[in-house]
Amino acid sequence: MTATAETTAGSRGSQPPVPDGAVTVTVKIRRFNPEFDDEPRWDSFDIPALPSDRVLNLLHYIKWYVDGTLTFRRSCAHGICGSDAMRINGVNRLACKVLLKDLLQKGDKQTTITIEPIKGLPVHKDLLVDMEPFFEAFRAVKPYLVTYGNEPTRERIQSVADRERFDDTTKCILCACCTTSCPVYWTEGSYFGPAAIVNAHRFIFDSRDEGAEERLDILNDIDGVWRCRTTFNCTDACPRGIQVTKAIQEVKRALLFKRV
Amino acid sequence: MSLALDKPRQPRRPAARRGNGELYSWLFMRLSGLLLVVLVLGHLFIMNILDGGVHKINFGFVAGRWASPFWQFWDLAMLWLAQIHGGNGVRTVINDYARKDSTRFWLKMLLYVSMVLIISLGTFVIFTFDPNISN
Repeated sequence: MTATAETTAGSRGSQPPVPDGAVTVTVKIRRFNPEFDDEPRWDSFDIPALPSDRVLNLLHYIKWYVDGTLTFRRSCAHGICGSDAMRINGVNRLACKVLLKDLLQKGDKQTTITIEPIKGLPVHKDLLVDMEPFFEAFRAVKPYLVTYGNEPTRERIQSVADRERFDDTTKCILCACCTTSCPVYWTEGSYFGPAAIVNAHRFIFDSRDEGAEERLDILNDIDGVWRCRTTFNCTDACPRGIQVTKAIQEVKRALLFKRV
Repeated sequence: MSLALDKPRQPRRPAARRGNGELYSWLFMRLSGLLLVVLVLGHLFIMNILDGGVHKINFGFVAGRWASPFWQFWDLAMLWLAQIHGGNGVRTVINDYARKDSTRFWLKMLLYVSMVLIISLGTFVIFTFDPNISN
């Protein structure tokens, strides 16, 4: 740790004192620097951390005090903005929502946490991926209110039951955890992916929206909902607890019975 | 449709028609799968468990079965459903995993040719089976 600190110091200077109750954990990060690396490589850091820390705190510690070149996205750091999606110990999670105490090994065994960029999207640097293919699929399903005719002079009224219909899919924060956990998306990037279907679902089942038919036609395509193999990776990955696979199945049912 | 548009310049766009091919293929997999459970399990039960199991099967046994249109239809249905069900499954696997368009095209061609070959050969045998061929 100290050996690397001399060559590549952290961005905030010397390391702060280790707090009481801290344990040393190994953070193994899959890194890639397009300027020097031909292939991604693994870097390990032994750092002190509290069980109440989140994985994002560990990444901050590395970037601030050990190796300032570590690159990752984060913004709000509280599970709302959806910037810090990454593969933690092999599953897609938001780094700001995973607590270290849930990853610690039992007994005195050394804890190793592996962190990789989310799969299926091109890696720019370290944990930073190009989100453009993901947002392209999102835009393709028209994730906005589509109406025809004149705008009403009053608010578009909706019953509680009608609102409830798509409540689950309004929670999406577009972090890409679900889409990049999908095995079909890994191998075939032209698949719309769970996130795009979730956001289509949010408008297809909205009683105020009139674009359901257009969106259903888009998702009826070869790259649409029929590609889904119901592996439930997406439901497991969603940091907002959206029943993603269920939403995809509801879109399939709407297509099958021609009824929204 | 009785929808009166009072803004003629904002017409209701017709949805782009893309065909229901993927929907029908998805539905076919479910329905043929259900039928195949009955057909294949029934077939395995008759061939391998009933009346002395696999040892009873010989030319005469098959000839006897195919004398009845019921068993001819059973085997025909099993052949067609299993071939199309399995072929469609492999088609989706090729669609998922082939990286290049040309690889995808040729793998699918190979698949389709083999499907047509096996289905036609099997159908031909079932309908033209001659129990006296050994004489």
